[in-house]
Amino acid sequence: MEKGDIGHHISQQFNTELEDIRNRVLGMGGLVEQQLSEAILSLIEADRDTAERVITTDYQVNALEVSIDEECTTILARRQPAASDLRLVIAVIKTITDLERIGDEAERISRMTLYLSDDAKLNKALYVEIEHMGTHVRKMLHSALDAFARLDVELALNTAREDEKVDREYESIMRQLMTYMMEDPRSIPHVLNVMWSARALERIGDRSCNICEYVIYLVKGKDVRHVSMEQMEKDAQP
Amino acid sequence: MNKQATPTHAIDVSALTQRASGQIDFEQEDICLEVQDLNLYYGQKQALKDINLHIPAKRVTAYIGPSGCGKSTLLRCFNRMNDLIDAVRIEGRILLDEQDIHASSINVADLRRRVGMVFQKPNPFPKSIYENVAYGLRLQGVNDRRTLDEAIEKALRRAALWDEVKDRLPENALGLSGGQQQRLVIARAIAIEPEVLLLDEPASALDPISTLKIEELIYELKNNYTIVIVTHNMQQAARVSDYTAFMYLGEVIEFGDTNTLFTNPQKKRTEDYITGRYG
Repeated sequence: MEKGDIGHHISQQFNTELEDIRNRVLGMGGLVEQQLSEAILSLIEADRDTAERVITTDYQVNALEVSIDEECTTILARRQPAASDLRLVIAVIKTITDLERIGDEAERISRMTLYLSDDAKLNKALYVEIEHMGTHVRKMLHSALDAFARLDVELALNTAREDEKVDREYESIMRQLMTYMMEDPRSIPHVLNVMWSARALERIGDRSCNICEYVIYLVKGKDVRHVSMEQMEKDAQP
Repeated sequence: MNKQATPTHAIDVSALTQRASGQIDFEQEDICLEVQDLNLYYGQKQALKDINLHIPAKRVTAYIGPSGCGKSTLLRCFNRMNDLIDAVRIEGRILLDEQDIHASSINVADLRRRVGMVFQKPNPFPKSIYENVAYGLRLQGVNDRRTLDEAIEKALRRAALWDEVKDRLPENALGLSGGQQQRLVIARAIAIEPEVLLLDEPASALDPISTLKIEELIYELKNNYTIVIVTHNMQQAARVSDYTAFMYLGEVIEFGDTNTLFTNPQKKRTEDYITGRYG
């Protein structure tokens, strides 16, 4: 698929429809990105208001998923897209599923914030690494959406590579949190909540990586799910 | 406790990975028709340019492409229908079961018996349904009533028309609907047991239900015949064919298995055509 070549169909209406689903995915992506930033912020700052806003935003994200899905179904039924158009519709359907789940994870983090902010013995030291991981994951999501917007295979590959680093950060946080729990068993309920948040961030990394795989599928026509990084790089070659 | 968990229902995962549409591998196919360096001219105008193709046996191969790209011309080469047109010059070779169809030893009538053809507009003879199907057999000298009856029933059954016409075989074929007429013509073509069936836009004049019946018929017929179909309807090519060739201005731009060609074509021209973009 040529970069950005969604247009140029003989049917102007078809151009408009494809352009529309693409734009709406990016809009939904923006919303989820904002949700994630605020969820991380709410956790670090123990900010209940922001956390509640993230939870409310999730309804909008869910509604967008349903609405974009419906538009994709209509396009499949009415236009019978082929080749890159078909791949675009399939990639959109898959991307919005992952975006919606990322929204759910952000919501989960915000719910943890609500539990944790009640906790008087909040240990700030727990959050240093979580914040770092949060920033990393947020960048991954941003780049994945950027790669989708620009149909940029190189950026998708680079972003997918980041997932391994996020996984390592997650493991390191787990070790750290386990040490806390062993040192002070009374902190276990509290630390468990932090652990769930770290887990949510790790899953967001995985889902951003999925979006990168859809970008490669969309542009190259190769299904790179469940393959090694080396294979993915090979399939993404021009 | 070291109990090995044994599933009550063993699930055959390898069966789950099989696609209903089946797997095809061009390398494994028997080749029925082979086109080598084919060039065709109508007077000064070159209509086909350096065509090289292999058409697998007992598969459906579809030709798609814009009007005037040479699809029908190429199809007509396979049973030398172009011989009937003046000022046609053909270079290159077409092999049917490894035998050159332009060789002097080839009897054209015999070739056309082996390579049957169905056209866009149903063209039954103004005779009874029975006689339409019997026509080719009678030409071959088959006159025994029982042999004819059996052959006609078999052809009509294969063409998925038997149930609709079995009680009205003596009636005039022109009284049938368009879709029925087209299936009758296909029955007429397969009554003489050809090896290859050429279909030139077989469903373009039919309503959607008749079209689906013809498509279903093509799916059934490929068990016994090699089918080559020309169609303007890309979705139809995508539905019925195993292999698809995209032609443009007398050249084969891309040939490949239909799944790949319609999801991930390798050439930009193919992509532009099947997605409906400006060429």
